[in-house]
Amino acid sequence: MIRVVLPPHLRTLAGVGGEVRLDLVGPVTQRAVLDALEARYPVLRGTIRGHGTDRRRAFVRFFACAQDLSHESPDAALPDTVAAGAEPFLVVGAMAGG
Amino acid sequence: MGRVRVLVGTRKGAFVLNSDGTRQRWEVCGPHFPGWELYHLKGSPADPNRLYASQSSGWFGQVIQRSDDGGTTWQPVGNQFTYDGVPGTHQWYDGTQHPWEFARVWHLEPSLTDPDTVYAGVEDAALFRSTDGGTSWQELSGLRCHTSGPKWQPGAGGMCLHTILLDPSDPNRIHIAISAAGTFRSDDGGTTWRPINRGLKSEGIPDPAAEVGHCVHRIANHPSRPGVLFMQKHWDIMRSDDAGESWHEVSGNLPTDFGFPIDVHAHEPETIYVVPITSDSLHFPPDGKLRVYRSRTGGNEWEPLTSGLPQKDCYVNVLRDAMAVDSLDPCGVYFGTTGGQVYVSADAGDRWAPIVRDLPPVLSVEVQTLP
Repeated sequence: MIRVVLPPHLRTLAGVGGEVRLDLVGPVTQRAVLDALEARYPVLRGTIRGHGTDRRRAFVRFFACAQDLSHESPDAALPDTVAAGAEPFLVVGAMAGG
Repeated sequence: MGRVRVLVGTRKGAFVLNSDGTRQRWEVCGPHFPGWELYHLKGSPADPNRLYASQSSGWFGQVIQRSDDGGTTWQPVGNQFTYDGVPGTHQWYDGTQHPWEFARVWHLEPSLTDPDTVYAGVEDAALFRSTDGGTSWQELSGLRCHTSGPKWQPGAGGMCLHTILLDPSDPNRIHIAISAAGTFRSDDGGTTWRPINRGLKSEGIPDPAAEVGHCVHRIANHPSRPGVLFMQKHWDIMRSDDAGESWHEVSGNLPTDFGFPIDVHAHEPETIYVVPITSDSLHFPPDGKLRVYRSRTGGNEWEPLTSGLPQKDCYVNVLRDAMAVDSLDPCGVYFGTTGGQVYVSADAGDRWAPIVRDLPPVLSVEVQTLP
């Protein structure tokens, strides 16, 4: 079970109140997490990654275990503690104005 | 008597303002989608309870919202705007060619007859259409693929398709405007397009009379005379009496002919409204006085409308999609400012009053006249 924390605007858009919990089959990667997230909440398609390109939007960041994973390969394994559900995978709106 | 529903898009959410036909007392609903930019909201002429809204964010991109109950509740619909084929390139600020990249939807124009059909004008400039209530979007790529496309360039606000005029007398005729490319017309339902900018003169481009490259800020017409077009260009108020085949200037006695919105009285096709702004480098009203100018002669002869508007220390702007008219009698005129005020005149511009004073900067104003 993977725990995902969304920024407030995306929680509102998806209609979720707290953490999202996802069950993944296979390697736990950014791509696998985001694919599962978008499959459960199709309204999030295009808001975290670009349609078609699957590239992270410029002002979205991925954090976990106090590390910035935004620039890691989407197919790199996430930390074991994320894969085990001990630590959440954070989708963050970058600090950039407001 | 009827009633009105005003749809206001702002930098930080959407607001719905309701009043009866007197337009004196208002109910303010919102913010909807707080924290998001609402570039535009508009209702379907065929079903006034069907509304569309463009919700966007520099962080999280584009969302399209649809309401089927007049703005009480909303549901997100499709947000995939994919250019048809290889997008190609356009002129960039440094003179190089730059790939077309989708940024946001500036304007939504519902069909005059079908609530499920709606057009979207987007940045980088292109026209999309949905025929399933906003669930999916297809580009009308004949516009972007026009041979002049590589010469189009962004204005300061981005290369946006901001105006879509559907012709009530000819379902195949569509006028659109792009900053900074100009005005284009399709006579076959959006399949093919041609630029219609003859008569425009823009000192800010190398050839002032070029076929494309003009920074058209807004065009408007009256439903009873769709071939008579009025334009607020970067500078100059222009008029066409032949559906855009040729244009002539009607700035007349305006204190400045720079500005953004232009609109036409609901019952008097020769009565038009603009909000003069000091200049392209001073985006506020001349002398700190917020004045709407009205021409009852289709241009050239203009009168300032000041009653109820701030006449000192006012330094707001009125953006291109932030003016609208209702179809009550007398005609109501509405506009919103970058200072967060939305003003109404229930007597065609003679006297004005604020509906609200402290919204976020207003991006767009539309009004629905309801039974």
